[in-house]
Amino acid sequence: MNTSTPTMAMPAQAEQRGRWSAARIVRAPLFGSLIALVVAIIIFSVLSPSFLTLANFSLILQQSVVIGTLAVAQTLIILTAGIDLSIGSIAVFGTIVLAQASGAMGPVVGLLLTLVVCVAFGAINGGLVTVLRLPPFIVTLGAFTAIVAATRLLAGSQTFPVSDPVVVFLGTSFRIGGFTTTYGVIAMLLVYIVVGYALTQTAWGKHVYAVGGNPVAARLSGVRSQRTIFTVYLLAGVIAMIAAWAALGRIPNADPNAFQNANLETITAVVIGGTSLFGGRGGVLGTLIGTLIVGVLRNGLTLAGVDNLYQNIATGILVVVAVAVDQFMRQKSTR
Amino acid sequence: MKKHLSQRWLVRGAAVFAVASLLGTTACSGGGDGAGDSEAGEDVKIGLITKTDSNPFFVKMRESAQETAEAQGAELIALAGEFDGDNEGQVAAIENLVSQGVQGIMITPNSSSGILAAIKQARDQGVLVVALDTATDPEDAVDATFATDNHAAGVAQGSWVKESLGDEDPQLVMLDGTPGGTVDTFRHDGFLEGMGLEEDSPEVRGMENTNGDQTKAQTAMENLLQRVPDVNAVYTINEPAAAGGYAAIKAAGKEDQLHMGSIDGSCTGVENVKNGVIGATVMQFPTKMAEQGVEAIVAYAADGTKPEAGFNDTGSVLITDEPVDGLESEDTTWGAENCWG
Repeated sequence: MNTSTPTMAMPAQAEQRGRWSAARIVRAPLFGSLIALVVAIIIFSVLSPSFLTLANFSLILQQSVVIGTLAVAQTLIILTAGIDLSIGSIAVFGTIVLAQASGAMGPVVGLLLTLVVCVAFGAINGGLVTVLRLPPFIVTLGAFTAIVAATRLLAGSQTFPVSDPVVVFLGTSFRIGGFTTTYGVIAMLLVYIVVGYALTQTAWGKHVYAVGGNPVAARLSGVRSQRTIFTVYLLAGVIAMIAAWAALGRIPNADPNAFQNANLETITAVVIGGTSLFGGRGGVLGTLIGTLIVGVLRNGLTLAGVDNLYQNIATGILVVVAVAVDQFMRQKSTR
Repeated sequence: MKKHLSQRWLVRGAAVFAVASLLGTTACSGGGDGAGDSEAGEDVKIGLITKTDSNPFFVKMRESAQETAEAQGAELIALAGEFDGDNEGQVAAIENLVSQGVQGIMITPNSSSGILAAIKQARDQGVLVVALDTATDPEDAVDATFATDNHAAGVAQGSWVKESLGDEDPQLVMLDGTPGGTVDTFRHDGFLEGMGLEEDSPEVRGMENTNGDQTKAQTAMENLLQRVPDVNAVYTINEPAAAGGYAAIKAAGKEDQLHMGSIDGSCTGVENVKNGVIGATVMQFPTKMAEQGVEAIVAYAADGTKPEAGFNDTGSVLITDEPVDGLESEDTTWGAENCWG
């Protein structure tokens, strides 16, 4: 189960250490998150008879689609030692564009326009970070504030129900054997697979880790750091568009007030998944586990009859624990 | 080697700590297994999904639902969205309740149309779904609605302000809620109807959105007073907005030239009516919504009886110590006995 995890999670550093060993798995940042996920599943299976069913796991996946997809974008940006406080807001803006444009010009034009808009926001963020060298925290804080307001202006404070089969396609369910799931879940997993592959198997992926982990070494070894960071923000825009499409599949109504916590929830998933806020360490597999931990917690505590607020307390504790582990790991590896 | 060991223990320790915190959270939350009286509602599970769990209105609704369910021997599972507009949270709550095998769900929808797909799925699986406080659009997306007629509540507020003005020409400012909100629109339009005005009447001198938030309302009123110094009539979406508005009015020394109305009927609001902060407020009854919702679901679980479809008005009452001719009202003493929050 966890033999294949380190390769996807730990880039070059781990591979240099050579042979696979039990000690290395235990040291992998993923190990802690994976244990937490497994233990959470065991606890909730004991607490609630309706938890450990295929139907319920299908629900957890469906409930995680939007945040889980956006968390991939957040992972990429955090790997470059940045942070994106606006990614959820970009997706919400995208849902309004998609609902309005597909109503007026058909679903294909709507999807394309949404892609253009989301990538444009990514380009603005990326441009400010790489060309003007402004801190990502400040850039995306400003973007978040402005985009939320722009979303309400664009929506005229209305909500837009959608029913076009293409626009709500990612909410369509289908069966695999005895397991019912939606195309949105498949889309989310595809985003993880594609980005995971790009990060671990391509030169671009190595560059992303390099510019986040050790910018000076990256520059000296000829990595075009600013260009790499810019592509990460563009890709985040693409992923935000996919999340917007998935959101309308799940709730076929574009609402400017939706997903207000998404920006921070993506950071939570990334951090619990073991990706370091200092950049250069972690990966999307960890983020997937982090997303599932949050989803399992919320669903499991609900089924166990526990107030949702406890879920937030547990999540908060997990975030701090995850960062504490990361800090410790960094001290070890720089000695 | 030693380094590896301590590292390994640290990660393990972290995992154990995370798990312990999980266990802790599950342990320190009292499981809501009320000892079931042998009543009609035995073995009935009822879900309640409010917009948020921080608003006293919904807290009261939740308490009342809990009491009614316990009296019937049913089990109540209360969930909520994280913020006003959290459709995703409400959809997830519906799904999780259906997973748990509830017979009925009561919901105060954040968006009157955003969660219809999830409601339909629940109803297709034989779950009775009733809306509380806010109707869905279309109304027949749920089995029944138990709510305040917000339009009528707006009319009552508007009529009181109009009668209080007497012969004065109204110079009206409006502290609105959230633009496009279902309830907000009903109250706003009802108020204007009660005043006998139109949206574009010259007497309507200014409108600001406050999101029903006291701080925002104060800022909005400060700005409006700059623009409309001769204001004599104020509409407010709810009592926090009224309290914020009054702070600005008092700071400007204009509290004697104004007639301000509100809607809600919280205990704080009734207290404010008594102290002259608000002229009159229109009380709603979240307890009735919850009681009728629980009773409908218990009846449905017992023998499949469905409630009266469509809109069931839970009523509203004008509360003021300055009654006007032709409008029924109760004083703040009655208000304090019947308020919520």
